Amino acid sequence: MGGQTLFDKIWAQHVVADLGNGTALLHIDRHIMHDLGGPRGLADIEAKGYRVRNPELVFATPDHAVSSAPDRTEDTNPIGGKFLRELRQQAARTGIRLFDLGQEGQGIVHVVGPEMGISLPGATIVCGDSHTCTHGGLGALAFGIGSSELTHVLATQTLVQRKPRRMRVRFEGAPQPGVTPKDLILFLIGCIGAAAGTGFAVEYAGSAIRALPLEGRLTICNLSIELGAKMGLIAPDDTTYAYLQGRPFAPRDAQWDRAVAFWRTLPGDADATFDVEHEIDVAAVAPQITWGTSPQDVIAIGDRIPDPDKAADPDRRKAMAAALDYMGLQPGEAIEGTKVDWVFIGSCTNSRLSDLRAAAAVARGRKVAAGVNAWVVPGSEIVRREAEREGLHTVFRDAGFEWRQPGCSMCVAANGEQVPPKARSVSTSNRNFVGRQGPLARTHLASPAMAVAAAVTGAIADVRKLGA
Amino acid sequence: MEKFTTLTAPAAVLLRQNIDTDIIVRIERLITLGRKELAPYCFEALRYREDGSDDPAFFLNDPASKGARILLAGRNFGCGSSREGAVWALMCVGIRCVIAPSFGDIFFNNCFQNGVLPIVLDAATIESLADTVRQDPQAQPLTVDLERQQLRLANRAIGFEVDPGRREALLEGLDEIGVTLQREPEIAAFQARDRALRPWIYS
Ligand code: SF4
Repeated sequence: MGGQTLFDKIWAQHVVADLGNGTALLHIDRHIMHDLGGPRGLADIEAKGYRVRNPELVFATPDHAVSSAPDRTEDTNPIGGKFLRELRQQAARTGIRLFDLGQEGQGIVHVVGPEMGISLPGATIVCGDSHTCTHGGLGALAFGIGSSELTHVLATQTLVQRKPRRMRVRFEGAPQPGVTPKDLILFLIGCIGAAAGTGFAVEYAGSAIRALPLEGRLTICNLSIELGAKMGLIAPDDTTYAYLQGRPFAPRDAQWDRAVAFWRTLPGDADATFDVEHEIDVAAVAPQITWGTSPQDVIAIGDRIPDPDKAADPDRRKAMAAALDYMGLQPGEAIEGTKVDWVFIGSCTNSRLSDLRAAAAVARGRKVAAGVNAWVVPGSEIVRREAEREGLHTVFRDAGFEWRQPGCSMCVAANGEQVPPKARSVSTSNRNFVGRQGPLARTHLASPAMAVAAAVTGAIADVRKLGA
Repeated sequence: MEKFTTLTAPAAVLLRQNIDTDIIVRIERLITLGRKELAPYCFEALRYREDGSDDPAFFLNDPASKGARILLAGRNFGCGSSREGAVWALMCVGIRCVIAPSFGDIFFNNCFQNGVLPIVLDAATIESLADTVRQDPQAQPLTVDLERQQLRLANRAIGFEVDPGRREALLEGLDEIGVTLQREPEIAAFQARDRALRPWIYS
């Protein structure tokens, strides 16, 4: 028997009952709810005659359906207002903590959990949202669940789960200037494909991961689901502890010391083995941009749009041709210089303070090109306040960006904020799926710096050439 | 949950890879509609042409696939968003079983929660099933026998694997919350132990 991985340890620590055949009843330490799933889930369990078992372990905030308009009220998007009022009522009834509009703690669930210290190393964390894998950046076992599972967690504080296999991806070396965590993870998905992680818990490791600030680790883990993996995680270390210390819900004083001592036992044993391993040479990665309708449809900014006819697999050929048709792109052409209509900086991938700083560094002293609508949507109320304290909002506004209120906004267009049909958007979000940002919308995924480069040049551009 | 025992019905074929849950049903539809009202919006980006007319090539518009309750699908079916509405939308158009080489992990779990059976088979086997089905889906119905864990089509019988606990829940139509709550003493004991080990989780 080899040693245990980080994932094995956290899994084993949460088994309430072994159900056989690799399936276990797992204890869930943290449940974060948003405005779309929350009210319905709470109403469902009431209708079935169950109660919320541990309301103190559940946290809620509106993000998906609320407007991000600068002068928003809860009813700027009327459906968002309806969901929010239901969430308020249900949260008050059941004793769940809600972070409401304008309060610290409001924002995209996956931005709020870590920044409030709700999400902790070694914890099991669920949310009715597939990007819950984000919280794995803190060394947590975090994963998205459906609405039935959500009611199961509310009623029992547990979930029935099959143990996934273990994959490790090592990012080794130092990135070139202009290359961000978003580029690294898109590059990985491009290399191994959007289905490579299906059935796996993925641990990201290697010198480039150890060197990453915590927010960059959250970005890496955020896209685990785009690799097909429901869970992605990074071993906690001093970077993690420095980030968490003093956060509102993080342990304090003697509890803090005890917690850190415990967390230090979590990283995988030296002799632990993985079912699959990959390694990425970070120095070889250039800024990335997607060209198709899956995050795996990604190339380096200097590359040409791929030709479906050159794909060996007939299914892949068909999928590529359909993607290019949807995106309105021609194979063989340079992607650089493709005109854009929209730029969206936001989402649980890239809306944290470090993302906004990187974006502002490129935007400073430049102007959004004529005909481009460019939005910056901070990930949370705390991010918004901190960014404004630093004056980043002024940098963006001076450059011609709209500075908006925190939420998911145009990432999923659930609040009515959409990219119009056939309009082309460079977005810092995580999904370029057909219709994701609105019916027939054409989405290119990129880093915040690359998104600003597109905004100020009016076309898909290489941020390195701007000499930011 | 509706029971699943044996199903004999025409199958439909959609072998495209990486069908995500956004494409199965848009989030906007789930916000405005109930879970039983999704039939016209299942696969809307694929089944309608830009002018809103039906695309006759898509299985939902193809008379040959009428009454299809089983979907033969491509790799990584149901990837992406956790929205359980993707399963509800499939149910609204009659689908109770999806057969694919692999599934999005969250979608896979969501299926079982709704009495929909996801079956993993290798791509070559699915291809060959699809070849038979395509000849005439109505004349070549597929049988999914969960009790015997067997698919039957024409003269072929193919076994499939399914997690024993999941299988039992489907066969009996069990309510998973009720089953788990029978373990309440174990959950309480776990929390008591864990509170001593990791008090910061609970305070
Ligand atoms: S920002 Fe986008 S991906 Fe993230 S939780 Fe919101 S809708 Fe989902």
